[in-house]
Formats: sequence, C-alpha cells, structure tokens
Amino acid sequence: MATSSNSSTTPGANAAGFALGRSEARRETACTHCGLPVPDGFLEDGATAQFCCAGCRTAFSILSEHGLDQYYGFAERRTSPVRATGRTYEEFDHEAFQSLYVTTTPDGLSRVELFLEGVHCASCVWLVERVPLLLPGVVRAELNVGRSLAAIEWDAAAVHLSQVARSLESLGYAPHPYLGVRRDEVRRKEDRSAIMRIGVAGAIAINVMLAALAMYSGWLANGIESQYERFFRYISLGLTIPAVLFPGRVFFAGAWAALRTRALHLDLPIAIALGAGVIRGTINTVTDTGPVYFDGVTVLIFLLLVGRYLQQRGQRAATDASELLYSLTPQGARVVDEGGAVRELPAAALLPGMLLDVRAGDTIAADGTVAEGRSSVNLSLLTGESRPVSVEAGSTVYAGTLNVAGPLRVRIERAGEESRVARLLRQVEESTRRRAPVVVLANRMAGWFVAIVLVLAVVTWAVGAPTDPSAALDNAIALLVVTCPCALAMATPLAVTVATGRAARRGLFIKGGDAIEALSRPGIILLDKTGTITEARVSLVHWEGPEWVKPLVLALEQESTHPLADGFRRAFANLAEVPLVESSSHVTGGGITGRVSGHDVFVGSPAFVSRHATPMPSGRSTIDDSLTPVWIAVDGAVVAHAYLGDPVRPDAKTSISALRQAGWSVRILSGDATPVVRAVGRSLGLAPDECQGEATPEEKLRVVESLKVDHRVVMVGDGVNDAAAIAAATVGIGVHGGAEASLATADIFLTTPGLAPLVELMQGAGNTMRVIRRNITFSLLYNVVGASLAIVGLINPVIAAVMMPLSSLTVVLGSWYGHTFERTASNRPTSPRTVTA
Amino acid sequence: MSILYLVLPLALVIVLAAVLAFSWAARRGQFDDLETPALRMLHDDDPATGTRPRPAAPHDAPRP
Repeated sequence: MATSSNSSTTPGANAAGFALGRSEARRETACTHCGLPVPDGFLEDGATAQFCCAGCRTAFSILSEHGLDQYYGFAERRTSPVRATGRTYEEFDHEAFQSLYVTTTPDGLSRVELFLEGVHCASCVWLVERVPLLLPGVVRAELNVGRSLAAIEWDAAAVHLSQVARSLESLGYAPHPYLGVRRDEVRRKEDRSAIMRIGVAGAIAINVMLAALAMYSGWLANGIESQYERFFRYISLGLTIPAVLFPGRVFFAGAWAALRTRALHLDLPIAIALGAGVIRGTINTVTDTGPVYFDGVTVLIFLLLVGRYLQQRGQRAATDASELLYSLTPQGARVVDEGGAVRELPAAALLPGMLLDVRAGDTIAADGTVAEGRSSVNLSLLTGESRPVSVEAGSTVYAGTLNVAGPLRVRIERAGEESRVARLLRQVEESTRRRAPVVVLANRMAGWFVAIVLVLAVVTWAVGAPTDPSAALDNAIALLVVTCPCALAMATPLAVTVATGRAARRGLFIKGGDAIEALSRPGIILLDKTGTITEARVSLVHWEGPEWVKPLVLALEQESTHPLADGFRRAFANLAEVPLVESSSHVTGGGITGRVSGHDVFVGSPAFVSRHATPMPSGRSTIDDSLTPVWIAVDGAVVAHAYLGDPVRPDAKTSISALRQAGWSVRILSGDATPVVRAVGRSLGLAPDECQGEATPEEKLRVVESLKVDHRVVMVGDGVNDAAAIAAATVGIGVHGGAEASLATADIFLTTPGLAPLVELMQGAGNTMRVIRRNITFSLLYNVVGASLAIVGLINPVIAAVMMPLSSLTVVLGSWYGHTFERTASNRPTSPRTVTA
Repeated sequence: MSILYLVLPLALVIVLAAVLAFSWAARRGQFDDLETPALRMLHDDDPATGTRPRPAAPHDAPRP
C-alpha cells in the first residue's frame, strides 16, 4: 500500500487501516510454536508471540529460556497443538515400571525406549535429542523418526525418568513406554542379515558381470583365446556358487515351502530359473561347451533380493506395534491407603478393592464404582460419545475414560487385563491376527506363469531334441532364465514403495501395499462421527439473545470444568470485560448458577433453568438434534438461548460427495445418539438409513464383519472405540486427531485434518494400481519376446544379458515417474511468524 | 594377457575386503535407521553450549 508510508494520511484513514489490518491479522495469526491458527480468544494484542494453547506457550518458553529458538528456523513444523496434560509421570520411577521397561547399559546407565506421539520431522529430531540433555544426568537421547521411538540413557543417581518424561511431554511429545524391545532385537537381526545378503549378492553380481563383459567383447570381436575364456568361466563359476548358496538360498527355501504347502508363489519360477541356469552353466563350464548363465543368475539374485527387502519393510510397518495400543491405558494411578494418604502406583500394581483418587482431568485407571464425589466422565474412548455423562456415588466408571469435572474416589472392581478397555484391546489384536492377507497381484499370477513357462520349456526341448539334444537343452534353459520373473517380482514392491513414500510426504501414512490394492476399487466407507466428521470439540453454534448477557455467562463459565463451558469460553473469549462473580454453585446434571455484578444468573439445561425463571419464546422453529440447548436466565426471566454442538469439519460435505461420485457408498457408524448422528448425516446429504448411531465398539465390529462378507469395507475412525472395527475392516483408516497409539491397528493413518485427505488417498491408490498393472504388463511383454526368441533358438547369452536388466530398468523408471500421489509436500502452515498489528 | 591371471584374483581379494567392510558396517547397525540421520544432519552445532549429542554410540553393537 503506497499510502501507508505517506505522512499526509489522515488519522481517520489510519484508524481504518488499523482496524482492517487487525481483522485480517486475526484470521491469519498462526501459533508461534505449532503454526496452527490461533483461536480468537487466545489472541493477545501487541504481543509478537501468539499461542493456540497453553502447551505451545510452555514449549515456547522452555525453548527460548535455553536458547533453543533455532527450532523455529526449521521449515517443517508440528501439525497439532501441544497438548500438555500436566501429568507427573511419577509411575515411571516406580520399581514395577523400571523392571518392565528399563535395561542397564554396560557402562552402568539406565536405558529405556519410549514411544513418542507426534514426531515426524527434522525439528522433532532436534528437540527430542536436545531438550532432555538439559537435565543433568541424561547422557543420551536418540530418536528413530520412522518408528517414533526415542532411546534415552540416563544416570539413575542423578535424575529421575519422570523428569525426562515431563520434559518430553512439555514439548508436546507425550511419552509412552514401549513394550516391543525384545521383539525388536529379533527384527533387527533379520534386517541386518537381509542387508548383508543384498550387499554380498550385489558385489558378486557386479564382478560376474565384468567377467561376462570381457567374454562378450571377445566373442563379438571375432573370438577370445580359449584359455582366457575358460579362465573367465571358472572365475564366474567360483563367484556364482557362493551367491546361490548364501544370498540365493532364500528363494530355494521359499520355493520349497510353497511346494510343501501346495501354494503357488513367485519363488517357484525364480528357483527353477536359478537352479536350471546354475546347473546347466556348471556343466557347460566343465565340459567346455555351450553358454553359461552366471551373469544372468547373479544379477537376478541381487535384483530380486532388493525387491524382496522393499516389500518386507512395507509389511513390517503394517504389523508394527499392536502393543502401542496398551500405552493408551493409564500407566499410573493415585491410590488412597488405609490411613487416607495418597500415593502413586503403576497401573500394573492395582488390585480390586483398592480406592483410587481421581482428580479432575485425570484418566481413570481401572473399572470400578464411584465411592465419593460427583463429576462427569467423558466416555469417548469407549463409546465415541462426545457429551460427558454425569456420575455420582454408586455409578460405574471404566478404565481409560476421562474424569472432566470434579474429584472422585473410585473403588476398583476390575483392574488391568480384566478391565473393559483391556478386553476391547484384546479383541482388536485378535481381529488383526485373523485378517487374511490380501494376495498380491504378482503372486496370483505366479501359478499361470509357472505352468506356461514349464510347458514351453518342455516343448522347446522336445521339438529340438531329435535333431540336436544339447542345443535343445540350452534353448530350453535359456527360456527358463530369460523368463525369470524378475521384473514381475519387483513390479509391485517398487511401485508401492515409491507411492507410499510420496503419500507420506502428503501426510498419508500407508503401511502396506495390500491396502493400496484394496482402496483402488470402490466399496463401502464407514465413517465414525466424533472426531472424524466433526471436530470433536464443543463450540457455540447458535446464539439467540442480547449481547449484554454474554459477559455474565462468560463470568460464570470461566471457572467451570464442564465441557460445555469450554464452548462458551472459546466463543466469548474476545469479550473485553468480564464482570466479577460474587458467588456461584454447580448443580450436577443441571447447570451453573450464581450472582454476577448484582444479577442472579442461571445457565443450564432448559429443564433446570425453567424451574427458576419464566421461559422466553424461541425464534428457532426447528431445533437441530445434534445441538445441545442451554438456556440463560437473568433475575428470574430467560433472556437467551444458546445452542452448542460439535461442528462438522468444513471439508466434510465436499469430500463425501467426491467419494460418492467415485463410486463409494458412504455411511456413518457412530457411538453417539442416533438423532444426533442422523442430523449430522442429513447436513451432509446422507439418508437416515445410512447413519447408524448408538453403536458400541462391539457393535461396530459386528457391523464391519457382517458387511465384509460380500463387500470391501473401509472403516475410518479416530479412537479406541473404533479400533476393533478398524482392525477388522478390509482397510482401516485412522484420522488426524485420534491418539496416535490407538491407530496402530489402522492400515493407513492420516496426519492432515479433515476428510479431504481421504479423497486424495482413494485417487492415489487408483493411480498406484495403474502403475503396478503397467509394470506387470511391461515385464510380461519382455518375457513373451524373450520366450519366443528362445523357442526358435535365436536367443544367445548377450541378448539375454541385455534384455533382463532392461526389463528391470523399465519397471524402476515406470515406478518412479508414474503418477501416483502428488509429489510435493502437503501445504502445512510453514511460517510461524505472526502478523498482528 | 597373462597378467589377467594375477589381476583378476587381486580384484577378487579387493572385492572380498569390500564385502567384509560392508558386513562389519551392517553388523554395527549402520543401516538400522536410514531416516533419522538424514534429518539429523540438518542441525547446526550449537556454538554457545556445545550440547551436540555424541554421534551414534555402539549401544546396539554386539555386546562383548
């Protein structure tokens, strides 16, 4: 703006410009720490640093206090606000915990592996590896980004693990103990030996190829002295035999296993080709006749091992860490002993009959009945129900649910493995185990492939044998080697690896290739409501009443822990003055009442408020079932109606219609009340019979399993209440906002909010399958050409040696340049700088 | 060309050395995590405090 620097601007214009700049700033202000938009209520005028929540503020102050602001220079940033829970992590210091998870290093330090929520980028590595070191006594902190595991080594005499855990949590990386350490040891050994095999096979292949190059050049240049040719052949033989015996052994083992189980596997044609090539090559070397196939065989082994390694890594991620789920259940609890003293115990040490002290904001650690206190409990972990349920003495509460309102004393009835959440998690594990693996396209083709190639080889030999038995055999073996399904075996894993890599940059984490195959054709999508379609937070949707009432409401709700109060606080946070509350009291199940600057104010459910005040007519003719009405009365008369609800994500409608256009049948499956679910469905254009409410986790599992009988079922959800259904579905998708650990069972995990990533996912999966099919077509084409040449006896080792790598190269290039997912990173907010006036 | 009889075995000895070096690296866990080191190298040293963590230590190497 040219006028902004002009000193002759009138004060009035200046003020207008200021106001405009301010309102724009309000829309665009990003949290200094996490880069997400700052809600209006949290904006601070004049401050250069703005935060979207208290957690981000804490993280920022820790970083700047210790001169670690460099963090803010990294381009990639968190995509979720820091959720500081204020947990003490005292249970991490308990003996029972230590004996389960903590090991001792040779130099006398303690070592633990923690699963961290929300790590994914360079700045996360930087923070996690530096901030714990600020505590004296912490010696080493190392993060494995791919698996979200941080290894911490510390001196137990100098520092407590709980301090380390608190420092990680204050940065927004909530730590959970990781149980898989022992299994990891096995896996690490497997990985290392796979890498070893690839290395050895590669080194041998390159050298055999060099020898072959010498022989071919000599052969093309009118002959090579026979003594040197024999020397090269024996060198190649000497190199090939270890390649087949050590790295190549896996294919023979695989083929043998396939034969024994009478299953057809790609290993079978590979083993036949390798075996035939080596045996015939050895005979030809010793008898000094005919072609040898050593270069082909060794290159095959190398390329096939690479393909197999990529595939294994993909599958690894898919089966990874179902025990992460267990980290969701609370690790510690406050137990009241006989004398009334409260101490923290790890959850594993809880027994029925103990008395728990549960503060507001704590997660309940065991199933039990309330002995003392009144509160409301958020059951969303178990039921997906977003509105909290009131509890009082005698009510049953469950482990894993959140106490939101007031302190409770709970008598334990079932703890640990017996609790409802633990049983649910076991169901999840079982469904994961039961799920039949999707047979990849290449393996489905293997059977036909073996049959055709073997028949052709026999025919080639039988036709040629009467005239020249030796040449006929060589032709048959050339056929076997040249048609070895190398490109076929690499086609799927390569395309899947490239596609999942690109998808991950877009915030779509795909764990297995079979998920891509299953998503490429439409079926039924079941969407959870709370947290998936909606934002899973209460906000004020509609207000009916004069403005002057708002400060009175805010004043009363300011201190309340009720979740609806949160909605008022967010909506009214930009009010300038908040009047003083002279007295206030909560009425459980009703609302809140108090005296605010000389007025008697009631805020609560219509039933509660109408007992104390004369009602006012509502201007709203149709009341949306998905909203909770709250009436406000001042001095004996209702003056305002407020409607609070869980808002539908802005991109939900367009995404759902895009999915339906692509042929998917979209349904809602929610634990929330049926009228609420139907109302949300109606606003998204779904028919009432496509919206099922009041579904318990067990019911969700049943629905998925019954639909799965004759449909492809995709379950999309965000919580433990969906976990069993997610695990049982053909493809399970976990969405942004859910506890990360609860998504361990999902095949796909979306880190960008909203439903738009779903649409992108389906399109990308379709594209990837097209690339895979193209790869397979190309490699089959090479095989057809090679086989025809071999049958008529036109093939020679040089042609074979050129054709095979060429077909693999086509597959590699096809996978790399094929259009699957967008290649750019998703447009996350990258600039944390605020633009406040 | 009889030099081939010397050079080729020599080349194979060098290959053997390379394979041994590779297997040593694989056993030491150099290939265990291929993702994090790529991100870690983006970090500058902190000249003020020098709190750069020590490079990956052999904690996961085979224990003696």
